[in-house]
Amino acid sequence: MNANSFILRVQGLAKTFRMFHLEATLHAFEDVSFDLSAGEFLLLRGHNGAGKSTLLRTIWRSYLPVAGQVLYQSRHGEIDLANAADVDIALLRREEIGFVTQFLNARPRVAAQDIVAEPLLLAGHERTAALEQARHWLDQFGVRRELWRAYPSTFSGGEQQKVNLARALILPQRLLLLDEPTASLDAGARAALVSRLAELKAQGVAMIGVFHHPGDVAQLIDREINLGTRVVAPAQHEEPQYVAV
Amino acid sequence: MSLATLTKPWAATSYGFLDASAKRELRRKMLKAVAVPGCQMPYASREVPMARGWGTGGLQVTLTLANPGSVIKVIDQGADDGVNAASIRRFVSSVSGAAQTWDTLDASIIQSRHRIPEEILRENQVLVLQVPDPEPLRDVESNISIARQMHADADYGKLWLTLYEQIVRKGRIMQGASYPALVNGRHVITPSPIPRWDVPKLHMSKHLTILSAGREKRIFAVPPFTRVEPLVFSDRPYLVEDHAGLTCQRSGLSGFFMNELPMDGGGSRFEVSDSNLGIKAIRRTEGEPDGIGDTWYRNGEYSA
Amino acid sequence: MSLETSSALQRAAPRLMADAPVLTMAGMSRAYGAVQALRAVDVSVYPGEVLGIVGESGSGKSTLLRMMNLEDTPDNGDYRLRLPARADRNLFELDRYERRMLRARHIGIVYQNPHLGLLMHHSSSGNVAERLLVAGERSFEVLRSKARVALDASEFPLARMDARPIELSGGMQQRVQLAKAIALEPSLLLLDEPTTGLDVSVQALVLDTLKRLQRERRITMVLVSHDLGVIRTMADRVMVMRHGAVVEQGLADQVFQDPQHPYTQQLVHAKL
Repeated sequence: MNANSFILRVQGLAKTFRMFHLEATLHAFEDVSFDLSAGEFLLLRGHNGAGKSTLLRTIWRSYLPVAGQVLYQSRHGEIDLANAADVDIALLRREEIGFVTQFLNARPRVAAQDIVAEPLLLAGHERTAALEQARHWLDQFGVRRELWRAYPSTFSGGEQQKVNLARALILPQRLLLLDEPTASLDAGARAALVSRLAELKAQGVAMIGVFHHPGDVAQLIDREINLGTRVVAPAQHEEPQYVAV
Repeated sequence: MSLATLTKPWAATSYGFLDASAKRELRRKMLKAVAVPGCQMPYASREVPMARGWGTGGLQVTLTLANPGSVIKVIDQGADDGVNAASIRRFVSSVSGAAQTWDTLDASIIQSRHRIPEEILRENQVLVLQVPDPEPLRDVESNISIARQMHADADYGKLWLTLYEQIVRKGRIMQGASYPALVNGRHVITPSPIPRWDVPKLHMSKHLTILSAGREKRIFAVPPFTRVEPLVFSDRPYLVEDHAGLTCQRSGLSGFFMNELPMDGGGSRFEVSDSNLGIKAIRRTEGEPDGIGDTWYRNGEYSA
Repeated sequence: MSLETSSALQRAAPRLMADAPVLTMAGMSRAYGAVQALRAVDVSVYPGEVLGIVGESGSGKSTLLRMMNLEDTPDNGDYRLRLPARADRNLFELDRYERRMLRARHIGIVYQNPHLGLLMHHSSSGNVAERLLVAGERSFEVLRSKARVALDASEFPLARMDARPIELSGGMQQRVQLAKAIALEPSLLLLDEPTTGLDVSVQALVLDTLKRLQRERRITMVLVSHDLGVIRTMADRVMVMRHGAVVEQGLADQVFQDPQHPYTQQLVHAKL
């Protein structure tokens, strides 16, 4: 296959968690393989505990895989995310790969619009224009104008989630990992999210998503893969308990 | 073994009072001090027939330098006739055969406490300053071993900091006498407790200055034609005492450093601090030839 | 890494990162008597990055930081900083004077104990000004205004800029240390347990200031702490030390979410 026809090629990827204090090993998933092209939307399916979120985080490298390859076509060239150096992963997270969850990492005394504008500023955009865009997206996701200059650490969960989405989606990335971003989102914000995702997809952003209700994004889905059920872990443990989320 | 085999036979006091090895020690350390301008050299300070703190450091240097051809002047706060100054001058003269003078221009060695004469010193004159505390870092670093390392590293940040803080707290630099100065761009010295008025006289001067602290056993030097720059901020000029407009009540001189004599009723009288300069000026008013040489200050302005 | 670690894939050398590291240490070893404080530690810190070093007392993390500040010399090891207009050489070969000047101009440090970093009986602005004086600044007005800017950036109340640190609270003392550390825009900012011993609310404010400075100025930082919360708040990458050796390192979220070494797992457990 031509190296340029996919943006992400996952081959034989496996993840286990070793818990030394229990002298136990949890198998999250193994031998996962798929390709993803620019502008393609891939839905991860599977029951609770199949390792859907774990797979996203393994690609994002919050989790370290134990086997396999995650070949990614970055602007700087091809790199295997499974064993790339930490600084390279940090670079890609700044420039090319986004991870969207429902949780906001709010920081004290940073205004909502500054949190949203930050990815643009880090990418070298001019401050006034970045703030302009930030306010546009806060508006799109339905964050009320009077909150834009407030500190989101005091916002309700729903409002924080909207700020988070605006931030996560403001800068077009090349690859987006979506971990249930629609959960507990109100209808207006969900519509804004779907339309933003559609827009990004049209721009060629590749996406891998986990959704409780895939119907929310039905029109975006190009392909699905089903994570198998050969997981040894007890069903109630999707992740080992020491995992800090 | 008897006492006689262990001791030398009795002899009269060595020439210049100090024994040969004491003078050799002083000569070596003076040479070192001249070789590294501003760097404090430790030396074996001897007992002299005078209490520590009365100029024993200066006296040892003067005794070492003096020879029968020397002409000795000793001043205390500018005056030749103070008890201490007169005693030192007579003592040096009696043990070395050197001549005595009050006239700055005639002297070959000038030992001084707290002043530099107002008349410009020449290449063939040596100024010996008595130093009570040779360590400019004493106030900022009480541990003398660390202070010596700081000199080695040219680490004068804390010293500058005290000047910064004086301006912050008082609006100006309060340091009066012993104003720290950088010698040859390398070592900071305290120029002994001379007033700020006198510090510029050390800069690129023709004469050799040797500063000696007998109690603290440190000697340092400003060789001729060596830079001596008081520590000042570029935007806060170095100011000397505001004496330019004062007039000496006895000699009529003005534009020189004055002694202030408080009067009954709260007023003050002023007398020129360099007493021999005053005497020369009085002679002039009495119609005699004055013999006043060129002075560092003219009309109250430093101009040498 | 030891055999005890899990079977995660070995990481490759950096390939995409075009910048060279600001700080590189290689093979750092140091024994104090019978105690091996550092065992062949390698460190790289990239421009604008915050490296967190975590470990318990005696793990070697503070020794390593002291080496970074050229306060101590290792038995073995090579230390380089990429600095403007300076030859690339092992900094442990510099003499004491050169080390001091390099430290004054290019390295800022905030100690846990403000007595180590501050002249407690001089003014706060003077503490900042001293750093500038050592670097050769001789204009009173420039000293004054630069001290003011640095204190302001550290969110120190300017009305108290001439108060002596001894009169200030712990949090304010740390802000003076920070102002002094950043006054010359250092290439490297070292933080040695900067908020340990402060009240929790004060700690949050100081960390917040550090984060803001990092965000606005992209200062390269090395942060040593035994407090995982502090490391998690601040660090991009984390190095876990124990008995003088690095047992694990990785991206901060990875080390906290998927710790590979039994010791790290224990630490993360203890925190939760």
